[in-house]
Amino acid sequence: MQRILRSRALAALTSPHGVDRYLELVNPMWAAAEVRARIVSIHREVDVPGHPPVATLTLQPTSTWRGHRAGQHVQLGVEIDGARRATRVFSISSPESGPGDRLTITLRANPRGVVSRFLVERARPGTMVHLSQAEGEFVLPDHVPERLLLLSGGSGITPVMSMLRTLHRRTHRGRITFLHYAQSPDHQIFAAELDEIRHSGHGTEVHLLHPELGDPNLSPAYLDRLVPGYRDVLTYACGPAPMIDAVRAVYDGSDVLRVEYFQPPRTSGTSAEGDVAFVRSGVEVANTGATLLEQAERAGLTPEFGCRMGICLSCTAVKRDGTVRNVLTGEESSLPDEEIRVCVNAPVGDCVVDL
Amino acid sequence: MKTNKTTLTPEQLEAFGEELDAVRRRILDDLGEADATYIRNVVKAQRAFEVAGRAMFYLPPAWPLAVAALSVSKILDNMEIGHNVMHGQYDWMGDPGLSSRMYEWDNVCPSEQWKYSHNYIHHTYTNILGKDRDVGYGILRMDEDQPWHPYYLGNPLYAFLLMVFFEWGVAMHDLEVENIVAGRRKMSENKALHAGIMRKVRRQALKDYVLFPALTGPLFPLTLAGNATANLVRNIWAFNIIFCGHFPAGVATFSQEECEDETRGQWYYRQLLGSANITGGRLFHVMSGNLSHQIEHHLFPDLPARRYPEIAEDVRDICERYGLPYHTGPLRKQLGSVARKIVRLALPPRSPRAEAPVVADPVAA
Repeated sequence: MQRILRSRALAALTSPHGVDRYLELVNPMWAAAEVRARIVSIHREVDVPGHPPVATLTLQPTSTWRGHRAGQHVQLGVEIDGARRATRVFSISSPESGPGDRLTITLRANPRGVVSRFLVERARPGTMVHLSQAEGEFVLPDHVPERLLLLSGGSGITPVMSMLRTLHRRTHRGRITFLHYAQSPDHQIFAAELDEIRHSGHGTEVHLLHPELGDPNLSPAYLDRLVPGYRDVLTYACGPAPMIDAVRAVYDGSDVLRVEYFQPPRTSGTSAEGDVAFVRSGVEVANTGATLLEQAERAGLTPEFGCRMGICLSCTAVKRDGTVRNVLTGEESSLPDEEIRVCVNAPVGDCVVDL
Repeated sequence: MKTNKTTLTPEQLEAFGEELDAVRRRILDDLGEADATYIRNVVKAQRAFEVAGRAMFYLPPAWPLAVAALSVSKILDNMEIGHNVMHGQYDWMGDPGLSSRMYEWDNVCPSEQWKYSHNYIHHTYTNILGKDRDVGYGILRMDEDQPWHPYYLGNPLYAFLLMVFFEWGVAMHDLEVENIVAGRRKMSENKALHAGIMRKVRRQALKDYVLFPALTGPLFPLTLAGNATANLVRNIWAFNIIFCGHFPAGVATFSQEECEDETRGQWYYRQLLGSANITGGRLFHVMSGNLSHQIEHHLFPDLPARRYPEIAEDVRDICERYGLPYHTGPLRKQLGSVARKIVRLALPPRSPRAEAPVVADPVAA
């Protein structure tokens, strides 16, 4: 079936729109190239009053899903209020999957996060979401060594949990140390499952630490006691950027360390602060507060443009990171990988643009 | 005719611009599910007409119905969906299927090129002689200030041919053939454009003139003729709607000097005076891609077209208060006006005073 759907003949017949633009109208679970998924269930992992809840969503992808390797993430897009699609990146928490297999993502409803709040608080079983294929190089090697250290903080637990679950399903014989930092036991995601793993004695040591309640912080001495010679043990670390910085310091340049981190939302300063990076040209300039087009031109770049007043779209470019203000509407936007018209958008603070 | 010297003071122009900006902001703040549902329903209807049209070619007695369905499909695809989506009217939805960057229409002109000549050149320099290449499309004399030349005796014939082959005309438009003839453009500049057009032409021709006819087996010639007819119907319809947008009598054109260092208010002013609407029912507006609200479209090219009727009420009110003309009329009246202009401008100007010296190449618009 997929061979027919992806055939050149069908592509020619459905030109210029493509097969998927027709299939999706018949059944949203039919696709030839795109990946979509139906939410099968939503399970609250942690719900501490006064704190953002955490939930695990089970997703049934279309048959176009190629599967994932433990530790990878996926871009997930939802239609907010039935109109605006917003896309964010989430780590996959379920063990490695094959083509068309179900997967889970586990996420905290970030109070300022449109997508995570929608998924945790408003989505219902049956809601359709848009997916990318699995992405990321933060994955287990083909041959997993005898000893392994999985280190995580907060919601950084999801990709290493996928690794742990994968190794257990593969009945991995080696020794795994699972070290996780959380705010308090109440905030512990996957607590029951980790407890079971701890007691099943399959060579996995589980350490759940809560420094705010007096548990030791990460230090070379502490880590060496837990995992002697840890600088020679393949280590996967995932968590907020400050934690990863600490881990890097502890490993002191050792090549066994694999890291993945997420950045807290940037606070935007006044408009003429920070630096503007034009990544494609490799040019970085101090932000003057002028529009990105003007700043790019002053830096000697020659980006494409047309009307210079925000109507013709000729100058559309992708903003990779940072906040921009639309000079016509005053509206600010901080979405990563967002298409913007550089002639009417000025950076607010640091900004990275694909120009 | 450049008879519309501004009747507003600079202060009035500024206030006028601010009022229109306020309309724009109000609509932007209100965009949401209703707009998304609307365009998705139009897409569904277009796909349904397309599939129904293709299917009915298997029943020879249903041939006229098949052609009608396919024509409606192509008209919806090119106008209410394609034209408007490629203006970025639905970019705020973040749906790749409705994104100005990704959308490709059922038309031989590649969307990438059309967006340049239409969104940029035409919508920025609307009705500025010598800059807006949509004034006469480089082949017609559509304004008194275009110097007459015996070549223009063929004005009605060229207009007729442009109507019949409209999608081809639109595709060729970007090659700026008139500028090559005049020596202002080199053939080599067209190489990439030409390749893009040929790629799109091959795909469109393969689908409409080879594959779908072949799928109907012995009915091949009938299906081929049907597909060609649907393309022709779309060409005629689109040409007629579009020619009513800027060419009816009374619509202003501007000189390049007039438009130097325009303020936002002046830009709005030129868009308003340089466009004309067509009155009609709801279905007519949908089938015209809401280009029947050409004035509102030119003021706010990136706002969803379904909002133009409600915007029109504000615009008319603003026009009344500032004493500005608002050109509109039923299709028959606007078409008649355009046709008369095409014929009248085929002939040399009657008053010797208005006869401009022929300086440029005859086909230069």
